[in-house]
Amino acid sequence: MWRYFGRKLFVYALTFFVAVTINWMIPRFMPGDPVRSMLARASVGNAEALEAMRAYYSSLFGLDLPVWQQYLNFWGSLLRGDLGTSVWLFPTPVSEVILGAVPYTLGLLVPAILLSWIAGNKFGAFAARGRWLDNTVLPVGYLLTATPYMWLGILLAWSLGIVAGIFPTAGAYGFALQPSLSWAFVSSLVLHWFLPFLSLFLVAFGGWAIGMRNMIIYELEADYSSYLEALGAPRRLVRRYAFRNALLPQLTGLALQLGTIVAGALLTEIVFSYPGLGNLILEALNNRDFFLLQGAFLFIVLGVLIANFVIDVVYVLVDPRVRVQMQGGAA
Amino acid sequence: MLNRTRLAAALLAVGMAATACTGGGGGGGGAGAYPRNETLYTTGTQWGPPSNWNPIMNWTYATGTVGYAYETLFLYDPLADEYIPWLAESGEWTGEDTYELRLREGVQWSDGEAFTADDVVFTIELGQMDSVPYSNLWNWLEEVEAVDDHTVRLTFSEPRHQEWANWIYMNAIVPEHLWADRSEEEVSSGANENPVGTGPYLYETHDEDRMVWAENENWWARDLLDLDVKPTYIVDIVNSSNDTALGLLTQNDIDISNNFLPGIDRTITGNPQITSYYPEPPYMLAANTAWLVMNLERAPMDDARFRRALAHSIDMQRIVEGPYSNLVEAADPTGLLPNWDDYIDTALVEEHGFSHDPDEARSILEEAGYSDTDGDGMVETPDGDPIDLTIIVPSGWTDWMEAIRIISEGAKEVGINLNADFPDDAALQDARESGDFDMLINNERQISNTPWVYYDYLFRLPIQERQTTVNFGRYENEEAWELVEELARTPVEDREGMREIISRLQEIQLTEMPAIPLWYNGLWSQVNNGTWTNWPSSAEDTPDHMPTTWRGYNQLGAILTLTEIEPAA
Repeated sequence: MWRYFGRKLFVYALTFFVAVTINWMIPRFMPGDPVRSMLARASVGNAEALEAMRAYYSSLFGLDLPVWQQYLNFWGSLLRGDLGTSVWLFPTPVSEVILGAVPYTLGLLVPAILLSWIAGNKFGAFAARGRWLDNTVLPVGYLLTATPYMWLGILLAWSLGIVAGIFPTAGAYGFALQPSLSWAFVSSLVLHWFLPFLSLFLVAFGGWAIGMRNMIIYELEADYSSYLEALGAPRRLVRRYAFRNALLPQLTGLALQLGTIVAGALLTEIVFSYPGLGNLILEALNNRDFFLLQGAFLFIVLGVLIANFVIDVVYVLVDPRVRVQMQGGAA
Repeated sequence: MLNRTRLAAALLAVGMAATACTGGGGGGGGAGAYPRNETLYTTGTQWGPPSNWNPIMNWTYATGTVGYAYETLFLYDPLADEYIPWLAESGEWTGEDTYELRLREGVQWSDGEAFTADDVVFTIELGQMDSVPYSNLWNWLEEVEAVDDHTVRLTFSEPRHQEWANWIYMNAIVPEHLWADRSEEEVSSGANENPVGTGPYLYETHDEDRMVWAENENWWARDLLDLDVKPTYIVDIVNSSNDTALGLLTQNDIDISNNFLPGIDRTITGNPQITSYYPEPPYMLAANTAWLVMNLERAPMDDARFRRALAHSIDMQRIVEGPYSNLVEAADPTGLLPNWDDYIDTALVEEHGFSHDPDEARSILEEAGYSDTDGDGMVETPDGDPIDLTIIVPSGWTDWMEAIRIISEGAKEVGINLNADFPDDAALQDARESGDFDMLINNERQISNTPWVYYDYLFRLPIQERQTTVNFGRYENEEAWELVEELARTPVEDREGMREIISRLQEIQLTEMPAIPLWYNGLWSQVNNGTWTNWPSSAEDTPDHMPTTWRGYNQLGAILTLTEIEPAA
């Protein structure tokens, strides 16, 4: 058991190191200088004054050092928990910028991932039974899962937001409100949250429903199902066993899909002007904000790795075969 | 199964609660909402979460930091062409090199301390730090001293009247009693949370997607100038996509949007509640001139005749009607903004001006020796070298991208092989500064108190290795630069003297054509009259101020807009 997790942890650590290094490198290989981008917006009439400011800010951000030293410094401060200062939202520390945005992104992602996975699996399993449902769910599911997040988002914003006027299309809560634990505030928060959530939920839901429906049909045709049925077991019992078995590949699928869903959430946030990492990353790119980009990607990498790890653990818990194998290996 | 659904619901609730808790940001305290009829909703300035309230960082401070919280000595209203005494009561040149400021008495910082000459002296002396944007002031300023509590005397080593007239209305005064102990880092790069200013609004709260200001009951101008800002709250919303901004505006969720919204002309003509400054084209006031900058260190752009031919090949009407759907106006051949009409030498423009005329362009090219020697339909240089030029604008700036496609087509029509390209903005900045480009469009210099800023932009010498702020085309003309320096020393009241120098500059500009003025970029501003009315417009009975929240425009009288708007009945 510990060897299994030890190996997993080592792979995760290696992935983390490589991913963070790549995140550090990519923005630095793009043309353009963050300090120049930042000062391009300053109304400094005089070239000498601008040059003095550029030198000042370059040394402030440590961008005047040799590249290898910047890289070492980056790891040094990262290990101390310091993500640097945002260039674009100067002088806010990157960690503060990200912490302000992350609750919104998580608030979208966690419910969307969990609910779509649970509901999609339930529904897929349910649909695998009936002909009528199967005929409707399958095409709808395919349609949903093939829809780009952004496009579905725009459709929802236009139909339910602009035309029907039921849901707001921008912001995290009413612009007239102050955060408080009042009914008005919470309902506004939920109203603003709903459409971005729905677009994420629907796309993922379609995928899970199709996957589950196929898996159930496959499992129902397996030998153990036929054997159970031949023994005269009730239909419900057979399906329950089939569902448990079918759930395992779906769990693996969840681990694989996490990255895509996170990327989808970023796009959805941009469509709905929803505060969160998506808007931050877009603007950080435009402003060559190396530090904010690094920080945002670091957070995403960490999030995806942790989620994967959790799924690994869950896998051990739900799949007795893996458990037995590991105990056998340990013994 | 039921259990799992419950778990999900619980997780959902936790997620929401976490969102709610961190949503607080600055923590405005009191529950409830801002009353709609007392609140002004604005957007168009802030591109990301408000991150600092430091008036020194004039490119990134939260919307309204200068204007709502911090104030300047004067305002300058470009529409009326007048300087409005603000924190200063008056200011005048008392000698060749000395300037004396008389400050208003009875002005208070929002923490109750009195505003005095020491604050002004302190703010000006901050410029001695290299990292403060106005540090170059001290290249020509010798000394600043407080004569008494409300008088400041400045002694200049070189009296640059025009620049000084610009300084006194652009830069906000900060309180000495709170700033005196700050290090250089805190002054020029501190977030300055909880700003203490003299202005009409106080910091209320901010969040990821908004900045909220609340009225300052003790604003000095209430008693001293009998002025009053009408909205109790100002909520500035971080920019969203164009569609979202338009949606918010038409639904009356936003009162004023200072975004460039392509196609807004249809909304303005179709929806009586949405208005802009002019009811007909160009709808918007002009904010700056977009110039076609040519790299004069490269052939054939180093040939004035070639530049002239190119100018004649540009179909400005098509650009104005096409990508801009009449939201902008073609620029005057001098490139001076409409508020500087007074300084345009019309006789010169008559003689040397240009307009879209492909035949004229062809004949200028032919006279100058540019002809098609290899028969590919494009001209070669007089030496017979092929011409292959590129014009660039940042990728994603759709209106500019469309415009340079039209420019490229016009150039090809007269035989100049000019192609459009759209590099990334940061890459373009790099190319622009290092001089590694053929042609590009630039509109750095904004509307201001003096055309001097535009001539500084066109002619500044010496050429540096990196041209960071001005003269991107690297045009070298000693005579022109001397005239610009002479203009800088001319008092702003001496209109005749200014006009004389400017007319000589215009002659050089029109014949040499170091850059080609294209169109006036608009002061994008569309308002919804549902909650607030009496917005500035060209109509007789409405105020004439700048209707905008952009940084640097409160000093241009935009703050006065807030004293004029009225709640809708």
